[in-house]
Amino acid sequence: MERLLDWTFVVGHMNYWLFIVLMMTGLFIVVARGNLVKKIIGLNIFQAAVFMLYISIGKVTGGTAPIYPVDMQGHMQVDPSIIYSNPLPHVLILTAIVVGIATTSLALALTIRIREAYDTIEEDDILKIERHMAAEDNKEHGAAMGGRA
Amino acid sequence: MDTSTALYLTMLIPIVAMAGNMVFSARENLRDGITFLCATLTFVCVLVILCNVGNATTGPYELFEVVSGLSISFHVEPLGLMFAMIGSGLWIITHIYGIGYMRSNKEQHHARFFACFSIAIAAVMGIAFASNMFTLFVFYEILTLSTYPLVAHKGTPEAVRGARIYLGILIGTSIALLLTGVIWTFTIAGTLDFTKGGILEGKIAPTLLPVLLGLYAFGIGKAALMPFHRWLPAAMVAPTPVSALLHAVAVVKAGVFTMLKVGIYIFGIDFLASTGASEWLMWLAAYTIIAASVVAMTKDNLKARLAYSTVSQLAYITLGMALATSMGALGGGMHIAMHAMGKITLFMCAGSIYVAYHKTEISQMQGLGRIMPITFGAFLIGALSIIGLPPLGGSWPKFLLMMGAADAGHLTIIGVLMVSSLLNIAYLLPIVGRGFFRPATDTRLPKTFSEAPLLVWLPPAITATGCIVLFFYAGSIQNFLAPIVESTP
Amino acid sequence: MSAVETQHVARDLMDQLPVLQVAIPLIAAPLIVFIGNRKLAWAIAFAASAAAFVIACTLLWQVIDGSVISYHIGGWAPPLGIEYRIDALSAMILMLISGIGTIVLPYAYASVAAEIPKKQHTLFYALFMLCLTGLLGMVATGDAFNIFVFLEISSLSTYVLVAMGAHKDPRALTAAYDYLIMGTIGATFFVIGLGMLYMATGTLNLADLAERIADQGINRTVRAGFAFVVVGMGLKVAMYPLHHWLPNAYTFAPSAVTTFLAATATKAAIYVMLRFLFSVFSPGFHFEDWTLYLIFIPFSLLAMFAASFVAVFQTNLKRMLAFSSIAQIGYMLLGIAMLNATGLSAAVVHMVNHGISKAALFMGVGAMVMYSGSAFFDDLKGLGRKMPITGAVMVAGGLSLIGVPGTAGFISKWMLVQAAFENGWWIIAIAIMLSSLLAVIYVWRMFEVLYLTAPSDDCTATDPPLPMLVPMLILAGACIWFGFDTELTLGSARVAAEGLLAGSAGMMH
Repeated sequence: MERLLDWTFVVGHMNYWLFIVLMMTGLFIVVARGNLVKKIIGLNIFQAAVFMLYISIGKVTGGTAPIYPVDMQGHMQVDPSIIYSNPLPHVLILTAIVVGIATTSLALALTIRIREAYDTIEEDDILKIERHMAAEDNKEHGAAMGGRA
Repeated sequence: MDTSTALYLTMLIPIVAMAGNMVFSARENLRDGITFLCATLTFVCVLVILCNVGNATTGPYELFEVVSGLSISFHVEPLGLMFAMIGSGLWIITHIYGIGYMRSNKEQHHARFFACFSIAIAAVMGIAFASNMFTLFVFYEILTLSTYPLVAHKGTPEAVRGARIYLGILIGTSIALLLTGVIWTFTIAGTLDFTKGGILEGKIAPTLLPVLLGLYAFGIGKAALMPFHRWLPAAMVAPTPVSALLHAVAVVKAGVFTMLKVGIYIFGIDFLASTGASEWLMWLAAYTIIAASVVAMTKDNLKARLAYSTVSQLAYITLGMALATSMGALGGGMHIAMHAMGKITLFMCAGSIYVAYHKTEISQMQGLGRIMPITFGAFLIGALSIIGLPPLGGSWPKFLLMMGAADAGHLTIIGVLMVSSLLNIAYLLPIVGRGFFRPATDTRLPKTFSEAPLLVWLPPAITATGCIVLFFYAGSIQNFLAPIVESTP
Repeated sequence: MSAVETQHVARDLMDQLPVLQVAIPLIAAPLIVFIGNRKLAWAIAFAASAAAFVIACTLLWQVIDGSVISYHIGGWAPPLGIEYRIDALSAMILMLISGIGTIVLPYAYASVAAEIPKKQHTLFYALFMLCLTGLLGMVATGDAFNIFVFLEISSLSTYVLVAMGAHKDPRALTAAYDYLIMGTIGATFFVIGLGMLYMATGTLNLADLAERIADQGINRTVRAGFAFVVVGMGLKVAMYPLHHWLPNAYTFAPSAVTTFLAATATKAAIYVMLRFLFSVFSPGFHFEDWTLYLIFIPFSLLAMFAASFVAVFQTNLKRMLAFSSIAQIGYMLLGIAMLNATGLSAAVVHMVNHGISKAALFMGVGAMVMYSGSAFFDDLKGLGRKMPITGAVMVAGGLSLIGVPGTAGFISKWMLVQAAFENGWWIIAIAIMLSSLLAVIYVWRMFEVLYLTAPSDDCTATDPPLPMLVPMLILAGACIWFGFDTELTLGSARVAAEGLLAGSAGMMH
């Protein structure tokens, strides 16, 4: 019998639901917030959601940390009966985290420069100033679809 | 000199002329001398080809392959050879005229002018000898682009606007319609080589054939078929030598020449005749003939009137192709030569009047014939040739076209041709009449003989003589062109 | 065509070329920062990109017969290790990117000196090298996650390069910020897509991915992964509705940066898109066909018309060219969506031809801006006459942009229309032609401003110094040359298209 809501499916995919919620939260903040720093925070949440996704898919049910014990001679003691989690996604996401940090720091640096140039980090104000600049340009160079076409 | 060398030289020498103009832009006489020499050499090369080949078809000579199946290559066939002869021969005359006109009229940027002119001639040679539609299209576009600076030459807002219409229509039609048609042809036929009997037979559904023909007919904007004829009057803002050579001879003839080539070598006359795909084109051409003549009558500006007359005359050639009979195609081919000679005479006369007395409107030209008898005499001969009265060259192609129409069984078309001749009389002869028989209204005009400078009046006199001479050589032209419509491949 | 594997184990320097391609500019970047000398920085950057160009040419020469070079980083065999895979398509794009990089640098020396404060020059060259590394890496690698890493290397450096235009106009900062936000969202989407593909297949090697997807068939996870990858790359490509970052970034970035980006950045992204569309997923995958038909074609057409239409009304030449780029990207995506060999060759060859033409145009504008101070049309009046060589370069680039016969752009347009006819897509063929009429209008506006208006009386502009002129002339020459000799461009594009259409089979080991 088809059930409308398959609870085992829903609970079993909890990590994905959380990922989706987190991702959408982040994306919403990027789109909806006018403050440039808040946008960056939103972007971070968005990226963190992806990190979570990757980390969670590395988990193997019943698996333990993928570390092989080493004996006195330095040989790895591989025991095929032990289940290990998949380390690869974790490694990958380390790279992505580094990239994320670089992006964030660059974005913050840009924000500082924007604040120096525009004296504000509110998008609305910046847009107002830019529209004004575009209008000045248009006045000088003939109005058309210049500015933010 | 073998044929292929001569063939490449016809395109190379004008390029040399262009380079000469750019390098020696400051030294007027040297520059013009070089161009004159190059023009003569080009003509000689074409004559060499004529002597070598006669009216046989040789080639193709492939220069290089651009994409597999598409190459820049050339061949010699009667129609193209005739076109090349007209183009290069009249280049010499127009160059002489151009020197006189540009100097006495104190136009600016001579070097740029003659440089672009030379490129245009090179492009015309490329069109004349192209052995496939791809090559022809490449040179067709080069011709459009190289003549744009000539039309915009004066740089006045009016000239810029005219040039914009010129370029917009020519580039627009050629890219949107002609190129589409060409690529379509290539996709279905797998080749674009000009082949006797056409390349399309059996490759395209009969219902689509008129559509493809339409893409070509309207795409070849240079043929000035209505409703894409507006560029020709717009181009009249150019200095008169441009109007004379390019917009009476080279550019527009390149258009109708392409039209004939497409009709004969892409579609095939017999294929067109058997499918009847070109019938609509015939009626459109007939309409253009009449309508353009009527418009010409309303124009007071001499060059504008001549421009509409050209539109009308070009439609004769399209008509010749669309009749899809061998007589029609022959008549169309011959009309290229005859009309070229007649119309260049008329344009050069118009320029001569402008140089001498700065008159552009027909209503101001009263009495001018008495003081410029040579110019007006040449104009009269040119006009009669356009009208098609014996003993002038223009009479033959009309005769052939009428025979072609009779062959095709379209008696209405014969009527159209006759009415058109009457209209030609109505808009061309009054100009001569005003010049000779009305008293001058402008009191500042001199009372006695006072022609334009020698270099300006001599060329139209030569071409006017040419109109008479051609009448007697029409038979040889017809024999010369005959192979293009021989049905055996 | 069956893929012929060449080296598996690197033995000599020739075998190391795929990795050197990326490594040389990567090493050059820190070197430049450490040395810190402005002139030396330029010399190192130029030497590095010239070396990259030579390597790319060598690689193309090796794979032009349709073979594939597989290079295993550190000797670790794929799918465990990272693999660099070079085939005709990637070698061609590598050549375009490194070639443009090499040509832009001599131009950049003078242009950067005029537009960027002195103390930032070494950093500029270091970033330029990083950007080059990223773009080359994206194309050379055969590992999906590696693509993401290189994508971010190139993107991060690009954001900074764009922001360097702030010296002249503060709007460069906001342009860079916008680009950063959108670029990061795009890249993150791409990573999400990769994650899903990894979940479904357990591998990230492109060839291996292709094999496993082919084996196990399509399921919901793979579909979702596909969608995320396409959208993510779509942002980087500036595919029509996702193009918002592009006009401002191109308008306000320093001229040398705009030239480089316009010619290469979107092309590398399109390359990745092609890899995923054809090599990882095979075109038989219905979901993909529908994506191409229902999303790519309408949006490409929209780009071709809407962006060209907007371009017609611009008052700023740089911005006009930026919108034209969006339209031209539409042509490339349209060629891809045709799903036949001719269309794909058209798309690939247009990537190269458009790269060259746009680079020539942006260089020309850059040279003019050095004298006029802005790229607004009324500041450029009559400059074509005052700067004859620059003007001639722009004429060549402009004609190629329109697709006039005898220029490179004509070849791509011809192939594209032919592809449409082969599919029997009448309307599309006509649409391509009509939209190129819009190109005629905006290019002609440029010509009229440059030639048919009188320059101001106190205008002292002359052609720029030789180091700027030579790159422009090379590019303009290439615009014409590739309009006649298509052996290199179209020949390679055809091989590349065949490789792509062989689908995942072309990627199999």
